[in-house]
Amino acid sequence: MAMHRRKVLKGIAASGASLAVLKAPYVQAQAAPMRVGFLTVKTGPLASGGLQMEQGLLTYLKDRNNMLGGRTVELTTADTTGNPAVCRTKMQELVERFNVSCVLGPLAAFEALAIDDYIRSSRTPTLAVAGAEDLTQRKPNAWFTRPGATSAQPSHAVADFAAKDLKLKRVATIADDFAFGHENVAGFQRTFEDAGGKVIQKLWTPLNAPDYGTYISQLKPDLDGIYTGHAGSNGLKIMRQLSEYGLKGKLKVVGGFTPIDESLLQQIGDDGLGAHTGNWYSAELDFPENKKFVELMRRDYKVDPGVYAASTYLFGEVLDAAVKAVGGKVEDKEAFQKAIRAVKLQNSVRGPMHFDEFGNVVGNIYIRRVDKVGTKYVNAVVKTYPNVSQFWTYNKDEFLKNPVYSRDNPPARYLER
Amino acid sequence: MNRKSIAVAIGATACAAVPWIITNDYFVNLASQILIYALLALSLNLLLGYGGMVSLGHAAFLGLTGYSTILLVLAGHDQLTTAILSVVFSTACGALFGVLALRASGIGFLMITLALGQIVWGIAYRANELTGGDNGLTLPARPVPFGIDINSASNFYHFTLIVFAIALFCIWRMTRSPFGAALCGTRDQPRRMSMLGHNVWMIQWLTFVIASFWGSISGLLYIYYNLFMSPHAISLQQSAEALLMAILGGATTLSGPIVGAVIITIVKNVVSTYIERWNILLGLIFVIVIMFMPNGLVPGCRQLWQSIQSRRKAPAPETKSASEPAP
Repeated sequence: MAMHRRKVLKGIAASGASLAVLKAPYVQAQAAPMRVGFLTVKTGPLASGGLQMEQGLLTYLKDRNNMLGGRTVELTTADTTGNPAVCRTKMQELVERFNVSCVLGPLAAFEALAIDDYIRSSRTPTLAVAGAEDLTQRKPNAWFTRPGATSAQPSHAVADFAAKDLKLKRVATIADDFAFGHENVAGFQRTFEDAGGKVIQKLWTPLNAPDYGTYISQLKPDLDGIYTGHAGSNGLKIMRQLSEYGLKGKLKVVGGFTPIDESLLQQIGDDGLGAHTGNWYSAELDFPENKKFVELMRRDYKVDPGVYAASTYLFGEVLDAAVKAVGGKVEDKEAFQKAIRAVKLQNSVRGPMHFDEFGNVVGNIYIRRVDKVGTKYVNAVVKTYPNVSQFWTYNKDEFLKNPVYSRDNPPARYLER
Repeated sequence: MNRKSIAVAIGATACAAVPWIITNDYFVNLASQILIYALLALSLNLLLGYGGMVSLGHAAFLGLTGYSTILLVLAGHDQLTTAILSVVFSTACGALFGVLALRASGIGFLMITLALGQIVWGIAYRANELTGGDNGLTLPARPVPFGIDINSASNFYHFTLIVFAIALFCIWRMTRSPFGAALCGTRDQPRRMSMLGHNVWMIQWLTFVIASFWGSISGLLYIYYNLFMSPHAISLQQSAEALLMAILGGATTLSGPIVGAVIITIVKNVVSTYIERWNILLGLIFVIVIMFMPNGLVPGCRQLWQSIQSRRKAPAPETKSASEPAP
């Protein structure tokens, strides 16, 4: 059995991996590559996001000659299929079988929640895309770090922009009916209503709804705008159908960080023109690091990077800085984790960023508007909210006293029947 | 018989020794998972193989036990009370589901079990306050049965193995009992069985309850292993997977579902590390098995073995028959 496995593993740094399988004492050596585990989704409905995560990470590693902070990287990619139980098994495989020093991913909130206790007990530094609020709020995990954003972190800024700059008063929300959508909309609603707006209607669409017609036709006639929190290809679908139902131009469309993703922007095209979304990233960001990233992505994959690709590219930057800080000694997990949390980047792909005490990012949130430049559609940055934390402008302790954002929390005060 | 009991003893020893044969925690954990899914498939197979009732809602019992275990532990009950209560609750739901589902047979039965499974899934997904919705619930810790810590991979494996062995023995006894024979009778000749004075409905309902009981036990193991429950664990896909395990291995046999669970779990978790399109491989395995061994792997291999045996013996009578006319 071991012989066979060795044969299969031939490509993966022969000595290290098979020694680990045979439980031989692991020899710590600077020359040995640093093992990095990568949890992504390659099959199932979340696969498009998972694919971009992989593209972003590979772009970073390729550009850096497969090095992080001076150590060669040996990447092990695992497909979680978007299923919590499989995600857990894959996480165990990465840690117990491949002896990885840190794990990147997972994508979905429920995946991160399923491995939460395992991350703690195995003490594995983990950088996650998953937005689940509580992992860096009421149930903080010392080994969990989120360089992207919580589900609602950009929503707060969009809400502020919608109320103060766009002067929207009456808004309906529409989003996917799962935890990410609930948290995403809840953040918008809270800040929007605190700024004087009213959310008068909340619609939830099933994740795999083929058509939004029945939902769009429920929209109240006297709305100023609509907020969408759809993720993945559902963003494309809602933008297209809003336009098909003749609402384009009549309703101001605002959105969270997922509906108008750069990877789908060219397909959304005219339907999205003028829509405002808030995100911690835009392919249009005028930073040297980002310009390089966008160029590499266009060259290798013929797409503009969206938020998922940017996430894993950012992971690369954060890890690079952390590995440098510990002088390459990533096998010392405590020190490595401490170094990851202490990372402070001025010129990352998303601009300046650092982590708060919970391991969640504090960084800029950009309000982007869909513009047409020549024949190309872009998410042009129209406003920057600097150094936004997961708590927005709220008091941290009060924020944490409230229950976590959900479908009915905070309660909507202005719903109209 | 003696040879058989020796084989069982060797098999049991080999299973018990797994953690010492494969020392890597990951593979030991995988073995535990295989046992958990094998138990789920075994319990489903009581309905499918022995009772001829195709159920597409069996994962519901995984969820009913899992969620009730977490909720009871969070409510402050101790692990033993929780385990008993949640299995009783889940089995009671099974009894109710049985009453509903057995109003129909064949496709009707399948559709009702599908609907019931989806209702459980829907409650888990929708009742945010109770089940945490999409984000699921976390069990704080594994229990400590008789003061033994089962947190390490090998200890948990042995715990699972003991439960599995008890379950396997009970299921084996059941299928070999007069009740098991009556069950097969209701599958093949329901009208004749009722003419013979058997209460067909009662036999099928009892089987449904027993199947949901063992399904609940596998749910208990599942939640102890994963410490996490979300609607994904009880989705239609999970029910279908258990069904496929039983069909792939051979639904008419006791060992079939175990073989199916081994193959599917390994392809899903180990082979997928090397082959990106492992779904296609799984599909290919199904197609090939269904084409060449329509009754499943275990009966198929048994048939193959018998035909090889008889072919090996075949030359002997042939020479006899050839030599017979000579003198």
